[in-house]
Amino acid sequence: MVSFINIMYLCFANESKTFSKRTFLLANKISKRKNLNKNLIMTLNNKHNIKESYDVIIIGGGITGAGTARDCAMRGLSVLVVEKYDLANGATGRNHGLLHSGARYAVTDHESAAECITENMILRKIAAHCVEETDGLFITLPEDDLSFQSTFVEACGKAGIRADIISPEEARHIEPSVNPTLIGAVRVPDASVDPFHLTTSNILDACRHGADVLTYNEVVGMIIVNGMVEGVQLCDNHTGEVYEVRSRVVINAAGIWGMPILQMADIKLNMFPAKGTLLIMGHRINNMVINRCRKPANADILVPDDAVCVIGTTSDRVPIETVDDLKITPEEVDILIKEGEKLAPALATTRILRAYAGVRPLVAADNDPSGRSISRGIICIDHEKRDGLGGLITITGGKMMTYRLMAEEATNLACKKLGIDKPCETAVKPLPGSEGLDKNAKEWHLPKAYNAAKGRQGMRVNEIKNETLTDRALVCECEEVSVGEVKYAYENLNIHNLIDLRRRTRVGMGTCQSELCACRAAGVMCSMNKDPKKTLHDLGNFVNERWKGMRAVGWGSTLDEAHLAATVYQGLCGINQIMNKKESK
Amino acid sequence: MKEQGIQLKNISGNNLEQCLKCSICTVYCPVSAVSPEYPGPKHSGPDQERYRLKDTKFFDETLKMCLNCKRCEVACPSGVRIADIIQSARIEHSKKRPALRDVMLANTDFVGTMANIVAPVVNVTLGLKPVKAVLHGVMGVDKHRTFPAYSSQKFETWYKKFAAAKQDSFKHHVSYFHGCYVNYNYPQLGKDLVKVMNAIGYGVHLLEKEQCCGVALIANGLSKQATRQGNNNMRAIRKSYKEQNRMVLTTSSTCTFTMRDEYKHVLKIENEDVREGISLATRYLYRLVESGKVKLAFRKDFKIRTAYHSACHMEKMGWVVYSTELMKMIPGLELIMLDSQCCGIAGTYGFKKENYERSQKIGAGLFDQIKSLNPDCVSTDCETCKWQIEMSTGYDVINPISILADAIDVEETMRLNNV
Repeated sequence: MVSFINIMYLCFANESKTFSKRTFLLANKISKRKNLNKNLIMTLNNKHNIKESYDVIIIGGGITGAGTARDCAMRGLSVLVVEKYDLANGATGRNHGLLHSGARYAVTDHESAAECITENMILRKIAAHCVEETDGLFITLPEDDLSFQSTFVEACGKAGIRADIISPEEARHIEPSVNPTLIGAVRVPDASVDPFHLTTSNILDACRHGADVLTYNEVVGMIIVNGMVEGVQLCDNHTGEVYEVRSRVVINAAGIWGMPILQMADIKLNMFPAKGTLLIMGHRINNMVINRCRKPANADILVPDDAVCVIGTTSDRVPIETVDDLKITPEEVDILIKEGEKLAPALATTRILRAYAGVRPLVAADNDPSGRSISRGIICIDHEKRDGLGGLITITGGKMMTYRLMAEEATNLACKKLGIDKPCETAVKPLPGSEGLDKNAKEWHLPKAYNAAKGRQGMRVNEIKNETLTDRALVCECEEVSVGEVKYAYENLNIHNLIDLRRRTRVGMGTCQSELCACRAAGVMCSMNKDPKKTLHDLGNFVNERWKGMRAVGWGSTLDEAHLAATVYQGLCGINQIMNKKESK
Repeated sequence: MKEQGIQLKNISGNNLEQCLKCSICTVYCPVSAVSPEYPGPKHSGPDQERYRLKDTKFFDETLKMCLNCKRCEVACPSGVRIADIIQSARIEHSKKRPALRDVMLANTDFVGTMANIVAPVVNVTLGLKPVKAVLHGVMGVDKHRTFPAYSSQKFETWYKKFAAAKQDSFKHHVSYFHGCYVNYNYPQLGKDLVKVMNAIGYGVHLLEKEQCCGVALIANGLSKQATRQGNNNMRAIRKSYKEQNRMVLTTSSTCTFTMRDEYKHVLKIENEDVREGISLATRYLYRLVESGKVKLAFRKDFKIRTAYHSACHMEKMGWVVYSTELMKMIPGLELIMLDSQCCGIAGTYGFKKENYERSQKIGAGLFDQIKSLNPDCVSTDCETCKWQIEMSTGYDVINPISILADAIDVEETMRLNNV
C-alpha cells in the first residue's frame, strides 16, 4: 500500500502541469522576491519544546482562541494555545462562512447588529485575503410580509448598517440566481469569509509574536492552588501522556467544550448546545449572499464560499454529550433543500457535496436555567468575580465574525489581571496574508493554482515554491491545490495529518471529496514525514471523514462519487483492512 | 417517495456536476497525450468551470489547445459534455479577440467564393514558398500546410447547370447539405452523391439557402456570426424536412455533428424538431438497404483495399458503423479498420502556426499505422482529416460515398430499384 501511494504520487507528478515560459518566469520572480515575513511559521510544538510556565494559557484553537492568542501575544504576554484536536475543528469550521453585515440581527438584537457591522468593516481591512466582498440581498417572497422590509431597513439604519431598498428587477439583474418571484429586496454589506484561513492567520501572527501552539493536546484538569487557577493538566492525544503547564491566567475559549472545562474547576455555566446543520452545494449558484427579509428562521441564508455555496442553517438543542459526534437527520436535509430552493431555485438541480453541523455555544443568564431568554451576544466571564476563582476567564457566546471583539474583551481582562496596560492593536494591524500590496492583482495569466492559493493564503502565496515541475503539479484538481502549497502548509502551518491539511489548504473539499486527491496528498505528506505507516492510517481516516459528510446527502452523483472512491480505496487497496490490521497489532 | 420540491437526482442543470472525476476523459484526450501543459479535459472543463463561476478571471487561455474532438465526451461514463463546457467557456470568457487569420480561416463561405473566381491563381499562389512564408510569419498560418485546392466551378453552379433539371422526375426526394468543402474545393464528392442517389431513384435537391454550418466560426471565437448562420440553416432545413418532407443528407461528418449537436449545446439554437431530419448520407443509405427499401448492385471489376479512419465527430455521433458496413457491401472492397485516434487537424486548428507541431504529434500514430498497412487508399467521412492524412502520409483519402459511386453499377442498380 505504501508503495502504492508512492507510485500514485510519482505518476501524478510526471503528469504534472507546466505553464508557459513567461508565466513560469513571472511566478519565479514572485517567489524570489524578498520575503518580508521571516518568522511566519507555526512550529510543531510538543511537551518537550514548550516553556514550563506562561502568562496566559488559552484553551481552544477555534477562531476565538486564535484571536485571543494574537491579541495577548501582540500586547507582549507569553502565550500558549492548547487545542484537543486541530485548529478550527469545532464550530469555527462548521458555519456559513458569512461575514454578517449585522442586518440579520438588526430587528431582534440591536447590540449584536452594531457589533457585526463594526467588525465587518474591520475584517475587510485586516483580513482582506479571507474576505470576499460579495454584498448581500434580503429578499421578500410573496409568502412574506412586505411591511417587514421598512422595519428592517429602519433597524439597520439605527445599527449603522447601510441598507438600500432595490427593485425586484434590479435584484434579478445583479443576482440572476435569486428567486424570480421576489416582491422586494434590500442590499446590505454582507460578505463571505473563510474561517479556516482566518484562524490560521491569527495563529500565525500570534506565533510571530512569540506564542506557542499545542494541537492534539487536551486539557484534562485544572491546577488550582488557594482559589487561584495556576495552570492546566494536559493530555497528549497522540501518546496519551499527561503533564502539567503553569500559567498566571487561563482563558477558556473552548466554545461549547468550555462547559466541561469549567466543570473541572467545579464551576457550573448554563450552556445550551444548539446544533446548526448546513449543506454544501457543488458549485456557486449565487455570487451575492441571499437572505430572507423576515425574522431569522431555518435555512434562510445562502452564502457563496470559494468555489461552492452553502445553505443553512437549522437550529436544534442537542445534549452536550453528542457535540463530538453530531448526527444529521434526513428531516434537516429536507428542510434545508426545501427552504433553500425558495432563495435560489437552481438549488433544486445542484449537486450537494456534503452536509455538516456545528454547535453554537449559547449561554443562558444565571437566573434563567431553562435557557428561554438566551442571548447570542458576547459573554466574557471573570470567574474571580462570579465564582471566586482567580486566574480564570471564560470568553464565549458571540459569533465567528465577532471573534476579534471577543478576543479584545478577554485580553483586556487578562491584561487587567496581570497589571499590563497596553492598547489593543488587532483592529488596525493586518493579518499575515493581508499585509502589503498585491502587485500581481491583475496577473491573471499566472497559474490558476497560484491565484486559487492566493485566495487561501493571501500574500503568503509567494512563499509557496513553484520552481519545479513537481511543485507546480496539482494534488487537488477540484480546488487547485499544488504540491508546492501542500509542502508549504506542511512546513509552516502546523499539520499533523491529512485532515489538518484540508483545513489549511482546500485539499479534498471539492467535488471529488478526496477520491482523486487523497492518495496524492498522502504521497506528498509521506515524502516529508517519512512515516508511511502513519500516513496510510491518515489516508484511511481522511477518506472516511469525507464519507461521513457525504452520507447524509448520499444520492445521485454524490453517491456515485462515493462508490467510486470506495472502489478505489476500499475495493482496490483494501484500506480499511490495512488500518484494522495495524490497530489489532 | 419524498415530497415535491425536494431534489431527487442531486444533479446540476448544466451537468458539469455529473463528473465523477474518474479522469478517463484525460486518458482519451489526444492533446493531453502530447502536451503536458494542457490541463486536460476534466480539469479544463468541469473542474475549472467551478472556479470560472466564482470569477471569470479564472479562465485559462490554455483552453484554446482543445481540439473539440469530443473524444472526452465519448469516453465519459457519466455523460458529461466536457468539450461543450470548454467551448462555452472559450466563447464566454476569452478576452483575446479573433485575429485576422482566425477570421479568414473561419469564413469558409466568403473566402471560398472569392477563391473560386480566381481558383487557378489562388491555387498556385498559395503553393508558392514566399506566400507561405508571409502566411506563416504575418498571418500565423503554418508554412508546412498545403491549402486544399479551390475548384474553378462551385458545386452549386454545376448542380444548377447539369443536375437540377432532372431531379424532380424521381419518385423519392432528399435535400443535400453539401457544405463548404464540396462547394468550393471538391465538387466531385457532391456529384458522386447525386450519382448514387439518382441510381436508387432518389432526386437530390439543394436547400433553399445553405450557409456554412459555422464550425470554424465557433472554433475561432466568432459565435455571433455562427449563431446567425446556424439560424439561417435551421430555417432552410426545417422547410425541407417539415414542409417538403425531404431528409437532409450530408457528406461531411463535422457539418452534420455541428448542426445536430453543437447548435443546441454551444450556440443554444433550438434544433430538436429537425435533428432527426439531418443525416450523413452513408447512414441514410445503409438504413435504406438494411430495411430492404433499396438494393445496390456493384461493378464486377471493382477492386480496392482501403483503410478506414474513424473521424472524431463520427465517433461522437456513433456513426462509424454505418459508413463501414455500407462499404463492406461492395464485394471487391477489402476494409481495414485503423485504430480510432484523432488525426490532429481539427478543422482550422492544425492550420495555425502555434498548433502545427502539436497537430502532427497527435496524428503521428495514425500516420505510422497507415504507412505500415500500405492500403490502396484511406477512406474517411471528414474532409479536414482528408487534408491532414494526405499531407502527412501521401496516401489518397476518399469519402465512402465516392468509393460507393465508383463501385456502383448504375444501370443494374436502377433496374433493381425500378427506376
